[in-house]
Amino acid sequence: MHPDNIIEQIRERFPDEVTGSGSAFGQSWAVLKREKLEDICRFLKDDPDVRMDYLIDITAVDWLGRPASKPRFEVVYNMHSMMHGHRVRLKVPVEDDGDPWVPSVSGVWKTACWHERETYDLFGIVFRGNPDLRRILLPDDWEGYPLRKDYPIEGPEWTFKPWPE
Amino acid sequence: MPLTTKEITINMGPQHPSTHGVLRLVLELDGEVVVSCTPHIGYLHRGSEKLAEARTYQQIVPLTDRFDYLSCGNNNLGYAIAVEKLMGIEVPERADYLRVIVAELSRLSAHLLWLATHAADIGAVTVLLYCLREREEILDLFELLTGARLTVSYVNIGGVRRDATPEFFRRTREFMAAMPRRIEEYNTLIMQNRIWLGRTKNIGIISYDEAIDWGLTGGSLRGSGVNYDLRKVMPYAAYEKLNFEVPLGEKGDVYDRYIVRMEEMNQSISMINQCVEDIPDGPYKADIPMVSLPPKDRVMQDIETLIHHFVLVSKGFPVPKGEIYAAAEVPKGELGFYIVSDGSEKPVRMKVRSPSFVNLSCLPRMVKGHMIADIVSCIGSIDIVLGEVDR
Repeated sequence: MHPDNIIEQIRERFPDEVTGSGSAFGQSWAVLKREKLEDICRFLKDDPDVRMDYLIDITAVDWLGRPASKPRFEVVYNMHSMMHGHRVRLKVPVEDDGDPWVPSVSGVWKTACWHERETYDLFGIVFRGNPDLRRILLPDDWEGYPLRKDYPIEGPEWTFKPWPE
Repeated sequence: MPLTTKEITINMGPQHPSTHGVLRLVLELDGEVVVSCTPHIGYLHRGSEKLAEARTYQQIVPLTDRFDYLSCGNNNLGYAIAVEKLMGIEVPERADYLRVIVAELSRLSAHLLWLATHAADIGAVTVLLYCLREREEILDLFELLTGARLTVSYVNIGGVRRDATPEFFRRTREFMAAMPRRIEEYNTLIMQNRIWLGRTKNIGIISYDEAIDWGLTGGSLRGSGVNYDLRKVMPYAAYEKLNFEVPLGEKGDVYDRYIVRMEEMNQSISMINQCVEDIPDGPYKADIPMVSLPPKDRVMQDIETLIHHFVLVSKGFPVPKGEIYAAAEVPKGELGFYIVSDGSEKPVRMKVRSPSFVNLSCLPRMVKGHMIADIVSCIGSIDIVLGEVDR
């Protein structure tokens, strides 16, 4: 199935959830609202014609300082169908209102858990419903979220503490 | 009085030799049986994705070397095809063939090191010595081709760094002629070994559907019988023109993953042979002044070319606005690059979808209910490199 048809299918099933779509280099994406994300993902995985059984990747982009009309974060889901061989990308804009969150899809794909933990660790976006949302690459007591644009690349000011207090 | 038993928690790693780097596993054990396993990673986290946001596109190539430091050629290639697609660059045919040669040589050397350590972990130490002997020859070939042995940075945007010499082709041909017999040699060392078979068969079974659900890729996925190889599914470089098979397992246990990777080595040899025979003459990098460095001898002679070289190296080149996900089949699986560009010389975001990270997330499922010694076989069979897990 052509990826544009998949997005058309999402539009038919969830008419109020799709706020935009686009394509470039033969790759298509749909921009979704976050509220029903889990239902949409479950539909994409279970529908026999779409069958997105392989979640490639979850990540986020920080658009700090870009056009004000755009919410700050964008959570990105790349997926592939082993059965049909097609791919699609979902993008979920998330406002930075002190508690940026999206629903977790770790109940849909098992692989999602670690991807969500990584995105939480580096961007501070909370995946509501993830049963094991801990930091993964950084130490548990790390402060700040390094992949945010306002985090200095040379790191925060750091004092050496040989032992935890 | 009845004896009471209780579960104990032990810490495996981060300095455990069989964890192939700095991986720490917290194990809950009931006697010798694993009840649960929690991996702790991040000891080798170097913030590559953050660093990439402060570098020009060409400067990111050496960063990609350091993901899976055993197969640099493949990582460079995955990154280069992503940026080239974003910019719409056509790479000359000779460069495509050279890219496949270096990628498959990297794959061979990575698989050799996997076999060496995997076998040594399970107790077949002899294989280690043989594998390292062959790997040494591959590293010599890299030195001849690129000047470096491990972090080669050979593939870059627009082509490859330099052309191969006839001497390189001669030695590659010689080595490839000798290699199939050596793989036979490894097989004779372990295939009849009862301990090896006992410790790999029926261990860490992952079914077809589960393997997909956990997002496994590479030999770990194909060991479960899923026919998914990016070189076939979405061919890049010269893979479309080559004949090769995708070996598949049936059951999805440690043994099947081992068989798949052994056969992949044979396929790599065949691909390198085809490339060395069919490689066309021509330029080895795209003739696009905005991207490719000018020829070195001209840089030394006239000032305009020197300035061109200087500007290209220090300032980089702008990449059109857009976003792309492109992936390459590296020895561990699908290495994907999701690059977002805002039209400047540096990416807004470069996400690396690393296969080792995802494959490792499946380990707790794989070892549950097995003996503690089987963890070692399972870690070996998912073939992780911590440099790529932590990035």
